[in-house]
Amino acid sequence: MEHIKELLYKMADDLLVIGHRNSEWTGLGPILEEDIAFSSMAQDKIGHSQALFQILHELGEPEPDTNAFMREAKQFHNAQFLELQNDDYDFSTIRHFLFDHADQLRFDNLANSSYEPLAKVARKIKGELKYHVFHADIWLNKLGNGNEESHARMQTALNNAWNYALGMFEKGDYEAQLIADNTFEGEQSLQNRWLAVITPIIEKANLKIPAEKDWEPVLGGRKGYHTENLDQLVNEMSEVFRIEPGAEW
Amino acid sequence: MYGNAYIDPNEKANAMLAGEDPIKLAEFEARIARGEKIEPKDWMPKEYRKQLIRMIEQHGHSEIIGALPEGTWITRAPGFKRKLALMAKVQDEVGHAQLLYSAAETLGKSREDMINDLITGKSKYSNVFNYPAYTWADACIIAWLIDAGAIINQVANAKGSYGPYCRALDRICTEESFHLKYGHDNVVTLATGTPIQRKMVQEALTRWWPPIMHFFGPSDKISSHTEILMRWKVKMASNDDMRQQFLNMYVPKIWDLGLVIPDANLKKNEETGKWDYTEPDWDEFKRVINGGGPCNAERLAVRRMAEEKGRWVRAALLRKDEKYVTPLA
Repeated sequence: MEHIKELLYKMADDLLVIGHRNSEWTGLGPILEEDIAFSSMAQDKIGHSQALFQILHELGEPEPDTNAFMREAKQFHNAQFLELQNDDYDFSTIRHFLFDHADQLRFDNLANSSYEPLAKVARKIKGELKYHVFHADIWLNKLGNGNEESHARMQTALNNAWNYALGMFEKGDYEAQLIADNTFEGEQSLQNRWLAVITPIIEKANLKIPAEKDWEPVLGGRKGYHTENLDQLVNEMSEVFRIEPGAEW
Repeated sequence: MYGNAYIDPNEKANAMLAGEDPIKLAEFEARIARGEKIEPKDWMPKEYRKQLIRMIEQHGHSEIIGALPEGTWITRAPGFKRKLALMAKVQDEVGHAQLLYSAAETLGKSREDMINDLITGKSKYSNVFNYPAYTWADACIIAWLIDAGAIINQVANAKGSYGPYCRALDRICTEESFHLKYGHDNVVTLATGTPIQRKMVQEALTRWWPPIMHFFGPSDKISSHTEILMRWKVKMASNDDMRQQFLNMYVPKIWDLGLVIPDANLKKNEETGKWDYTEPDWDEFKRVINGGGPCNAERLAVRRMAEEKGRWVRAALLRKDEKYVTPLA
């Protein structure tokens, strides 16, 4: 089951980290409605992460709270893209758009996984992701087509985010096995479908995907190599839990 | 959560009614006396509009500023269950601000103007949020006892005379009752937990008791201007009455948990049936409300930063062919 654990860990960590980043908009959004929207998505992401940690627990890993909040940053398998700071609303929106389309396509595929516990969870989650993607598409379009400043900001954010986003599709050691036993379609297939879906939406938002010759995926996250942003976030999200790890909180 | 609106005690009733048409005023007061609700398009005295805008706006500000001390604990909340619950709670608070600003907008002040008045310091918010939440236990005490105080205040105000505000409060109170359960569950967990947890929660209670006693506003002895606002059902209960109700409901629950309230004089007076307590330091209250509290500057700076950083987003949403429309109810 090592191959399934690898898949579950990277997904659970992606969701745990982006869920925390989304939650950081609470109280600070550009309009109140966006504080609320990002909080809703944060709750979904953290909930999805918890569901995946629960499957891991059933596979013999530590129980979800301990697993999520007692590891060091170098033991995390999330893509570096997700640990970067929220920065401004432009970068957050671009990341939300790029990640959530990949997330939705991933769970769509996993709804048919041969590994039934994951397929069952994926079927439930994919219904919620429809709204995340809907939200991202609306904002990409509004800001890409807004005014000169918003357009320029969104294009810059897209340029800055792009290679990090490609890092979401970093392959793990068990990639071939996951594909062979129909657990998961594989990162390359997922990336191809993702590109096909996001390209027309980006064009409609009057934005341009960076030229392919400049594509250099930021890799390493899946193998535990991270930016200092993750150290800061892991310390923060575990801060209270680690005061007394055995206690009930 | 919510803070009691701070109404300037120096405004005299006569000045408040200057220039009003006596026939319309009598009709308006008769409607309120019959228990009718006043709606946005109805005639109302200028002062009624002004006091309501001030009160609803302050309430809205308290919700978004209140999201800051609790919000910093979202990423730190221990474990999945607490994180998910705290996120949902603080999200509710921001949602309350949205409801309240809409209710205040029906009286003719735009959300943008209200937020500008907040960040320039012209408009107040609940004093309690000018104090820091040092530990997780502070966030738990806030969720339980500040929200408990808010419910007492809001249940009273929900019976007031202005329709849109009452309807917003009805919904807010429903959500707040969950917050209260959430806060209580957190405090019970800490108070019945390990020695470190018990110490944390006791220290948080000790820190928060003076702001909690301030929460309902100055003593009636020094805040005697409210007669007309009570008649208009803008203000529904006196500050001291609400404070007594709070003490009656929550002091026994706090003591049940084995926690110590830092007021040696606090006890129920068998003769009067009311609680005796050390008079809160009202000079401190005034000092904090006027900007001298430990977090006033930080709270407004964060809010200003959020407004500044979000300006380009709001600008990008504006369309030349769209114009501002006041919400109807």
